[in-house]
Amino acid sequence: MRSRVREFDSSTLNESVQNTIMRDLKAVGKKFMHVLYPRKSNTLLRDWDLWGPLILCVTLALMLQRGSVDSEKDGGPQFAEVFVIVWFGAVTITLNSKLLGGNISFFQSLCVLGYCILPLTVAMLVCRLVLLAELGPINFMVRFFVVIVMFAWSIVASTAFLADSQPPNRKALAVYPVFLFYFVISWMILTFTPQ
Amino acid sequence: MAAADELAFHEFEEATNLLAQTPDAAITRSDQLTPQGHVAVVMDSGGSYGADDEVESDKAALLQEEKQQPGFWTFGYYQSFFDVDTSQVLDRIKGSLLPRPGHNFVRHHLRNRPDLYGPFWICATLAFVLAITGNLTLVLAQRRDPSIHYSPQFHKVTVAGITIYCYAWLVPLALWGFLRWRRGVRERVGPYTFLETVCVYGYSLFVFIPTVVLWLIPVPWLQWLFGALALALSAAGLVFTLWPVVREDTRLAATVLLSTVVLLHTLLAMGCKFYFFQPLPLEHVAPPHQAMSQPPNTLPPTLPRSMAT
Repeated sequence: MRSRVREFDSSTLNESVQNTIMRDLKAVGKKFMHVLYPRKSNTLLRDWDLWGPLILCVTLALMLQRGSVDSEKDGGPQFAEVFVIVWFGAVTITLNSKLLGGNISFFQSLCVLGYCILPLTVAMLVCRLVLLAELGPINFMVRFFVVIVMFAWSIVASTAFLADSQPPNRKALAVYPVFLFYFVISWMILTFTPQ
Repeated sequence: MAAADELAFHEFEEATNLLAQTPDAAITRSDQLTPQGHVAVVMDSGGSYGADDEVESDKAALLQEEKQQPGFWTFGYYQSFFDVDTSQVLDRIKGSLLPRPGHNFVRHHLRNRPDLYGPFWICATLAFVLAITGNLTLVLAQRRDPSIHYSPQFHKVTVAGITIYCYAWLVPLALWGFLRWRRGVRERVGPYTFLETVCVYGYSLFVFIPTVVLWLIPVPWLQWLFGALALALSAAGLVFTLWPVVREDTRLAATVLLSTVVLLHTLLAMGCKFYFFQPLPLEHVAPPHQAMSQPPNTLPPTLPRSMAT
């Protein structure tokens, strides 16, 4: 009702903070559902927002942190490194897609790429839970399987939204960097070992 | 004397290949309209070229003029560097994998339309693949010798990225600068533009991607074999591309330039091999402390040096 005309409705200034937060959270949740069950709908593109990607990126980066007593130089990625990879990776892919002649706007593309990290964040959660059990080859196989499935899910979800914006003879050129991006994130998740 | 004939014959072959492959390519050189060009067209199945050749070259000339209009501060300027299709990128990659003498990568595959997509993403892929496979060798080493401590070694991604990007962009810059400086000596063939040089280097790095993946196989002589093969292909591509530009120059300058190019390429390959891939310990039959002290570095590194000249 009111949420549909929220863009130009100045009376949202008078509503309670809870209303505002709940509305934004509902929008983010709705987009999460669209990512988990990718259909050819335009919701992600039309009402883009960057809250979802921010939440996901911060969650992923926090979970990829190892203990702070890790004094070796060659440890896992630090928080800043994950953050930089996710955001600069997304910006680079968006620029690439626009330079190739895609008709998607900058922030729409960032939104889609950020939201499609959701399956990989779920995979990270599952991996952390699985790592609480004893380490071994079965442990690794379970984690590997989960990460592969979620990686494929991310690719399918993002391609469903992004591929239509490219001319048909350049689709592969635009999709390959997305593949590389999620591959690197999956690699970071798979090689995570607790201290 | 014979060089002019060689050049004409060479272009006839190129014209055939060009017309055979992509009939819609923008043809910019007027010597395509020579009788040799017409003979090639008749053999081809695209029969509408007879009257449309002049229209095509006029259209191409107009397009060239239009392309020069956006300034470097506009988005359209950079968009012109990404004006490639999937099939063109794949064709360029194939061209870099199979260098042939006399088969100039810039003239035959780039055709005056260099792109930045290939160099940028090939370098990105190579950097990540290097770091990831280097880490995988640590996993393999740990399985043989459990005393080795596994860590994700994430800083290697940064190192790989900086190395590959600096190589693929600064070395072409130096090469381009050098060729322009020597431009006064050569009359006939102009040097390549900066973008074409970057393209040549970027696409020549593609062959290292499968090589790096194959370096996972823990057999040392096989690793050196793959490395030498990849280096030979890559350096051959570079040399065959640079040869027409450099052969007009004095012998000394040509030799120095080509050997520097090959040497830098060799240094890159060997540096990557030594930094990212540590030798595996011996098979896990000996006690761990003995295995750690004798990494199997059987093949002396003389093989790549012999390929450098």
